Amino acid sequence: MAFEGPVQDLIEEFGRLPGIGPKSAQRLAFHMLTIDTEDARRLANAIVQVKERVRFCVRCFNVAEQQECRICRDPRRDPTVLCVVEEPRDVMAIEKTAEFRGRYHVLGGAISPIDGVGPDQLRIKELVARVGAEDVAELVLATNPNIEGEATASYLARLLKSMGLRVSRIASGLPVGGDLEYADEVTLGRAFAGRRDL
Amino acid sequence: MRRPGSRFGGRLEPFSHVDLQLYAGRSLDIVTQAELVTSFAPVRADFALSACGSAMVEAADHLAQEDERSNRLFLLLLEGLRTLALSPATPSAVLDGYLFRLASVAGYHPHLDACAACGAPGPHDVFTIAAGGALCPDDAPFDAHPLDPAVTGLLRRLLGGPLSDQRDAPEDPRVRRAAAALVASYLTYHLGRPLRALELVER
Ligand SMILES: [Zn+2]
Ligand SMILES: [Zn+2]
Repeated sequence: MAFEGPVQDLIEEFGRLPGIGPKSAQRLAFHMLTIDTEDARRLANAIVQVKERVRFCVRCFNVAEQQECRICRDPRRDPTVLCVVEEPRDVMAIEKTAEFRGRYHVLGGAISPIDGVGPDQLRIKELVARVGAEDVAELVLATNPNIEGEATASYLARLLKSMGLRVSRIASGLPVGGDLEYADEVTLGRAFAGRRDL
Repeated sequence: MRRPGSRFGGRLEPFSHVDLQLYAGRSLDIVTQAELVTSFAPVRADFALSACGSAMVEAADHLAQEDERSNRLFLLLLEGLRTLALSPATPSAVLDGYLFRLASVAGYHPHLDACAACGAPGPHDVFTIAAGGALCPDDAPFDAHPLDPAVTGLLRRLLGGPLSDQRDAPEDPRVRRAAAALVASYLTYHLGRPLRALELVER
């Protein structure tokens, strides 16, 4: 079942977004018909602005509004420690913890053999070049704790350790406020393996 | 697979062997319970193993038919992942054995001795992928290249033995690479598409 002209176009555009199936795309498109023209314009404008004004930091590939991102420009950040993440949104998540005072490197994804994504498709060459050119002594690998993130961390650890760098991996374990009983055994197993002295 | 949020946490990850209770949905089935049998943690934690494991899962996924029981394929995949989890010295050799046997399980059994066309007893020194194996002098195309007997010998061991025999492959690396290339082309031909994960497997 296809709708007419602009409505159908909008449904198709929404349907291309990640995590939006045909039903949701239709619901969103019809929602747009009910909102004020002003609200619709603001949404459209925000999308255009983000494409026109935001780019990637030339150093770490985080989102930036200038050549370099806010974090790379900040002289108070420790230049000897780099935290390696998959996506810019991971930078934001780690920044919220206020635990990390070094700088970042955004890979732009994770190694996924099944999807045909190898090291060459990620910003690993750039990472190696940075490590050589900057004063980096330690790397914290903060890729996701799933198959792809772990393959990436294991690949990077081997590569970076051979360059004589200190490499660590963020711990994975139980969510704070959670309940042991409900944890799956993979997560609980990790929490045990990563236990520490008190 | 569509990810059901975090309800099953680390259980529903590629490589994980799980015992599932499914509810038949309209287009996709819905997981209502998941018990982990094993997560093959060592395979996940090492890049070389993970690349081989991914190739195993990718090939099995292409060959398994939806809604069809594939016991032999499933058992072979388990054997493959289990062998990788023992951190073999040559994981790529384990993968080659798995892929060659997988072709056989999927109905593309490679004939290494008797002629694949007429059944004339072998050994024959010509092997063609399209024919599905060895060909006798009468059936071999005139421009076919004979196969190195050392490579044929390795192919026979890959097809016949348990995968654990490949954990520490003693063969000449040149012979192993030739056999690996043949296994890869054999599978690509019969799958009708290349295995993407093979590109990241370290030889
Ligand atoms: Zn930056
Ligand atoms: Zn023949």
